[in-house]
Amino acid sequence: MRKQFVSTFESLIKKDSKLSLLLCDIGVFGFRNSIAKYPNRVINIGILEQSTIGIACGMSRSGLIPVVHTIAPFLVERAFEQIKIDFGYHNIGCNLVSVGASYDYASLGCTHHCPADVALLKNIPGIEILTPGHPLEFDSLFRQIYKNGNPSYFRLSEKSNIKSNKVKFGKANLIKKGEKATIIAIGPVLDVTLQAAEYEDVDILYYSTIIPFDSKALQKSMEKKTKIMVIEPFYSGTISDLIIESLNQKSIMIKSIGVPKEFLRNYGLAEQHDNAIGFTSKNISKELKKLIDA
Amino acid sequence: MGNIIKISAHKKINYLKKEIAKVSYSSQEGHVPSAYSIMDLLWVLFKETLKINTKNQKTSDKFILSKGHGSLALYAMLLENKNITLKEFRSFSQYKSKLGGHPDSNKLPNIIASTGSLGHGLSISVGMAMSSKILNIKNKIYCLIGDGECNEGTIWESALLATEHKLDNLCCILDMNHSGDRAIKLLNLKEKFLSFGWVVKTINGHSHKEIKSSYKVFKKNKPTIIIAETIKGYGVKMMENSHAWHRRSPNKEELDLIIEELN
Repeated sequence: MRKQFVSTFESLIKKDSKLSLLLCDIGVFGFRNSIAKYPNRVINIGILEQSTIGIACGMSRSGLIPVVHTIAPFLVERAFEQIKIDFGYHNIGCNLVSVGASYDYASLGCTHHCPADVALLKNIPGIEILTPGHPLEFDSLFRQIYKNGNPSYFRLSEKSNIKSNKVKFGKANLIKKGEKATIIAIGPVLDVTLQAAEYEDVDILYYSTIIPFDSKALQKSMEKKTKIMVIEPFYSGTISDLIIESLNQKSIMIKSIGVPKEFLRNYGLAEQHDNAIGFTSKNISKELKKLIDA
Repeated sequence: MGNIIKISAHKKINYLKKEIAKVSYSSQEGHVPSAYSIMDLLWVLFKETLKINTKNQKTSDKFILSKGHGSLALYAMLLENKNITLKEFRSFSQYKSKLGGHPDSNKLPNIIASTGSLGHGLSISVGMAMSSKILNIKNKIYCLIGDGECNEGTIWESALLATEHKLDNLCCILDMNHSGDRAIKLLNLKEKFLSFGWVVKTINGHSHKEIKSSYKVFKKNKPTIIIAETIKGYGVKMMENSHAWHRRSPNKEELDLIIEELN
């Protein structure tokens, strides 16, 4: 997805004289061509994420369209108050693009993990949160909204689904139809969800935008159902409130499979962590059967 | 002639200070001494320095009050410049007022940045100064910070960046009223900023003559900082350099004494 980010950006900056990019000393090699071609607007600011967000705010206030890029924990957790005030409270546009979703950088340890990003950012009124599951989906979503004047967070992952979907900002895709339950799959976990539910009579709703949340798609899917399984590539339970709000007062059963709220102190590969915390088609399938039979 | 202007300005500033005291009394809100500390700095900035292009705001000079708790001084200058009415000024901190304890840029076009949490305004100003260079706009960006605010890491991050990007269109005004001394004494500030590559000018922050000449100090390829030595609560003896008054509003008896002194 990171390569797609570079190529999407390179294509857009050719035509858009307002587009600019601030790197926090991450992705510098990838963006070397843009840095060489547009040195005034594509800048390696340095390792100072909080001020970088402030600078992006100043650029946005001056009429530019800033993009800020670095690893998720430094972009979101370190600079959270800057995002909240400089973009949320100011109510102005910026594109925040992270890499290293959840434990993508497993071997680097917990300082570089960030399963809390969406849970944190969704507390900022007015922010848009996008979780593309494929490089082409990032390309499409970024082009749709990068200059809409709102603060937007694009969560890029090292993982990707094999096929892309035709995604529309703020809309969920109905991938599979069924009657026993609805599964919500978010971003790059669609493939594992499809494997797990291959033989089950369930709806699969695919969300590449978390906020604004497509409540209508969920309401329609849940018209005759009461059971929901959520496959979340971030902290388990992150979107439970969005589901409950969408299904206003309807009694439902929710089972969430996501990242548990604990420090994942082992290293290795992201796939090893997937196995350890039950983020596998086998485990999801088992939990889905339990939910359907409950 | 100079003295006449000075006396006239002094009277007007005292009028604004009285309005600040009155609105703080009626609302029982506001950081009055912080506002008094920067009134002279803002007076000279708004009356004699900022170039405003009403036809194309993008090319106007910009002012960001990073120490947002000095908001009453900013609102007083907006009142003086007729950007807001006296009625609006007197609505300070009321439920539907445009004027809160800290400035909100969504409420008034003259407020460039919403501040209050310290350490944000200078980064935003650096971004605006960089943007002016990118967009080839020949304006100046002024940002006022406090000495306590210099505890924040983002001030020093921004200090590094302003030099790195040769922001000679940026002027930072440091309200050095020493209110932060009780936590960290900022020793050798001039040397600190000089070592960061800034042009540094130290002035008496209540001398209009010194303030005015310092606002013209811009040197090619370097950002400027004016270290303005000020007195917190300047002009009202009971408030001057008193920590107890930081966010205290006067009662009726104190208001009468303040007004009498400012008269």
